[in-house]
Amino acid sequence: MDLLNAIVALANFVLIPAVAYGSQLALGALGVTLIYGILRFSNFAHGDTMAFGTMVVVLVTWWLQSLGISLGPLPTALLAIPFGIAATAVLVLATDRAVYRFYRKQKAKPVILVIVSIGVMFIYNGLTRVILGPDDQRFADGERFIISAREFKAMTGLSEGLAIRTTQGITVVTAIIVVALLFWFLNRTRTGKSMRAYSDNEDLALLSGINPEKVERVTWLIVAALITVAGVLYGLDKSYKPFTYFQLLLPIFAAAIVGGLGNPLGAILGGFVIAFSEVGITYAWKKVLGYALPDSLAPDSLVQLLSTDYKFAVSFVILVIVLLFKPTGLMKGKAV
Amino acid sequence: MTQSVRTIALFAMVALLILGTGFLQSWNTALLILNMGLVSAVMALGVNLQWGIAGLFNVGVMGFVALGGLAVVLTSMPPVGAAWAAGGVRVLLALSAGAGLVVAAVYLWKRLRKGWAVAALLLGGFFVYRAILDPAVEAIEAVDPALAGYLGGLGLPVVLAWPVGGLLAAGAAWVIGKTALGLRSDYLAIATLGIAEIVIAVLKNEDWLARGVKNVIGLPRPVPYEVDLQNDPSFVERASGLGLDPTTASTLTVKLGYSLLFAAVLIVLLVLAQLALNSPWGRMMRAIRDNEVSARAMGKDVTARHLQVFVLGSAICGIAGAMMTTLDGQLTPGTYQPLRYTFLIWVMVIVGGSGNNLGAVLGGFLIWFLWVQVEPMGQGLMTLITAGMADGSALKDHLLNSAQHLRLLTMGVILLLVLRFSPRGLLPER
Repeated sequence: MDLLNAIVALANFVLIPAVAYGSQLALGALGVTLIYGILRFSNFAHGDTMAFGTMVVVLVTWWLQSLGISLGPLPTALLAIPFGIAATAVLVLATDRAVYRFYRKQKAKPVILVIVSIGVMFIYNGLTRVILGPDDQRFADGERFIISAREFKAMTGLSEGLAIRTTQGITVVTAIIVVALLFWFLNRTRTGKSMRAYSDNEDLALLSGINPEKVERVTWLIVAALITVAGVLYGLDKSYKPFTYFQLLLPIFAAAIVGGLGNPLGAILGGFVIAFSEVGITYAWKKVLGYALPDSLAPDSLVQLLSTDYKFAVSFVILVIVLLFKPTGLMKGKAV
Repeated sequence: MTQSVRTIALFAMVALLILGTGFLQSWNTALLILNMGLVSAVMALGVNLQWGIAGLFNVGVMGFVALGGLAVVLTSMPPVGAAWAAGGVRVLLALSAGAGLVVAAVYLWKRLRKGWAVAALLLGGFFVYRAILDPAVEAIEAVDPALAGYLGGLGLPVVLAWPVGGLLAAGAAWVIGKTALGLRSDYLAIATLGIAEIVIAVLKNEDWLARGVKNVIGLPRPVPYEVDLQNDPSFVERASGLGLDPTTASTLTVKLGYSLLFAAVLIVLLVLAQLALNSPWGRMMRAIRDNEVSARAMGKDVTARHLQVFVLGSAICGIAGAMMTTLDGQLTPGTYQPLRYTFLIWVMVIVGGSGNNLGAVLGGFLIWFLWVQVEPMGQGLMTLITAGMADGSALKDHLLNSAQHLRLLTMGVILLLVLRFSPRGLLPER
C-alpha cells in the first residue's frame, strides 16, 4: 500500500508534470532544430515568436468567449489556435522576406544571422508588449481536471491523490498529434523529403532541382505552427507572460542541443530529458521517500536538491555535460 | 570623409544630443544620461574586446554586470557581526568544501575517466555540502531579517569595489571559459546565456549573500550626499554665486562627481584597450578571429588566447556593473533583465562598430541616449495618435500605457537597419 502511495505521489508530482512540460519543450525544440537544420542559424527570436503566437491566441480566445462560443469541457483556446498559427505564419514569413533573405543571398556567416535574430527578438518583444502588455494573462477555461485528487482517492482508497489536469491531458494528446503529423510530412510527402534533402546537403539538393525558396517558406510555416501550439499549451498549463516565454529560450535551446541540433527525433528526446531533470531535481522528494522507505529511514528534510528558482541551472548543467562529453548531442546532430 | 573626421563628427553629435537634453529638458536628466552612458560605454568596451576583436559570442553580459554589483555589496557594506557569529565560518567552510568537491571531481575524471565514479562523488558531496551550508544559512538569515539577514561586506571604501567587481567577474569568466570556450560559437552563446540566468538566480535566492530579492539599499557613495552639501554654508554661497538654488546645485554636483569618476575609468580602460588593439597581441587576436586555422598553423595557442580575452572582457563588464550599482546606490537582483543588460549592450557594440573601441564607446553613449529618450518620444507619438479618440476609451488608455514598450521595438529596428545598410557599424574597424 505504501509503495502504491509512493508511486501515485511520484506520478502526481513528478511524472505527469514532467511529461506535460517535456511535450511543450519538445515542440519548441523541434522549431529550433528545423530552423537550424534548414535555415542554418540559431534563432534567438524563438521565445518571442512563441510569445507573439500565444498572444494572438489569447486575444482570439477572449473574442470567442465574448461571443459565447466555447468547446464545453475543453479550453476555448484550442479553437483559436488556427488564428494564432496564421498570424504567426504571416509574421515570420514577412520577417524572412524583409530581413533574413537578404543575408541568405549574401551567404552571410551563421553568427551574423544570430545577431540579426537578436534584432528581430527586440522587435517581436516590443510588438507583444505594445499589443497585449507585459503582464500575466489567463485564458484557460473549461473543465479543470480530468481526474481530481479527491475523486482518485475515493476511487482507489489510497491516501495519496492523483490529479490530472485537463491542460496536461490536452498537452500530451496535442503534442502526439502534432509530432505524428510532422514526421508524416517529413518522411512521406514530396515537400517534406525535399526539406530533409536540403538539410542534409544543400548543394546536392539544389542540383536536383529543389526550390530553396519553397523549402524555406514551408519551414517557416511549420515552425510557426509548432511554436504557436507549444506556446498555447504552455500558457494553458501554466500561465502566459511574455517574459517567461523569452526565458523559455534557454530550456528549449538546451533541449534541441542536448538532443542534437538539426535532428527532430533528438529534439523530442532532449525536451523530455530536460523536463524530467528539471522537475526531478527541483522536486522535494520527502513525501515519495517517506512512503517508499521503511519508517526508520524516512527523511526529515525536504530532500529537495535545488529550489525551483534554480531550474535554469539544471537545463544548463545538463547542456554543458552533454556538450563536453558528446558535442553533437545524444542523437547525432549536425554542425554547420 | 576620413575615419578620424567621421569619429570626431559623430562624437560631437552625441555631445550635442546630451547638451541639447540639458538645455531643452533639464541638466539633471542630461547628467543622468551622461553617467549611465559612461557606464554603458565601459560595458560596450568589454563586449567589443570579446566580440569585435576576438570574435567570441558572449551573451552573458548580464551575469558579469550583476557580479560587479555583488562586489559592491561585498566590499563596501559594513559587516554584520551577529550574522558572522551565527554562521559565517560555517558558510566559508561549506563554500570551500564545495570548491574542493569540484576540484576533486575534475581530478578524479582526469585520473579514472569513469563517469559513474565522478557522478557518485558529486552527488554524495552535494549532500555533504548542503548539510554544512543549510544550518548556517538558516542561522544567518534569522539575524534581524528586516534589516540584515546577510553577512554584510568588508566595510571598505566603495571605489575599491570596482576592481573587485572586475576580479569577481574575471573569476567567473575563467571557470566558464575553461568549460565552454572549446564549443562552437552558438553553443558558447547559449552557455553564456545560461550562466547569466544562473548568476541572477543565485543573487535572488541566496539571501545570506546579498539579501536576495529583499535588496541591499543605502550602499556607501564615493561622492558626498546632497543633504550634506545643502547644509554646508560655503557650498550654498558658491551655488548662489552661480545663480543656482542649493537643491539643484547639490544634485548637479553629486552627479558631476560621478561623471568625473566614471570618465576617468572609461579613459583609462579605453587607452589600455587601444594600446592592446594596436600591439602585437591585438594583431594576433584579430588574426585568430579572421582565420583560426591559419593562426593555429602559425603556432598560436588559440584556446589560451580566447580564454585570456574572454576573462579580460568579462572583467571590464564586471567593473562597469560595479560602477552602475554604485551609481544606483542599491543592489536589486530583480531588475536584471537580459534584454536590458545583455542584448542592449550588443546593440551598442554592433551599432557603434564592432572591432573599433571608439565605435563601441560611441555606440554606448548613442544607444543609451536613445534608450532613455525614445520613451518620451513614444509617449508623444501615442498622444498624437490617440488625440482624436474619446477620453477614457480603453484603446486610448492601452495605447498610452504601451508607449514605454516602443523603445524595445525601436532598438530592434535600429539594430536591423545598421546591420543591413552599414553592417560594420557607424565607426567601422579600419
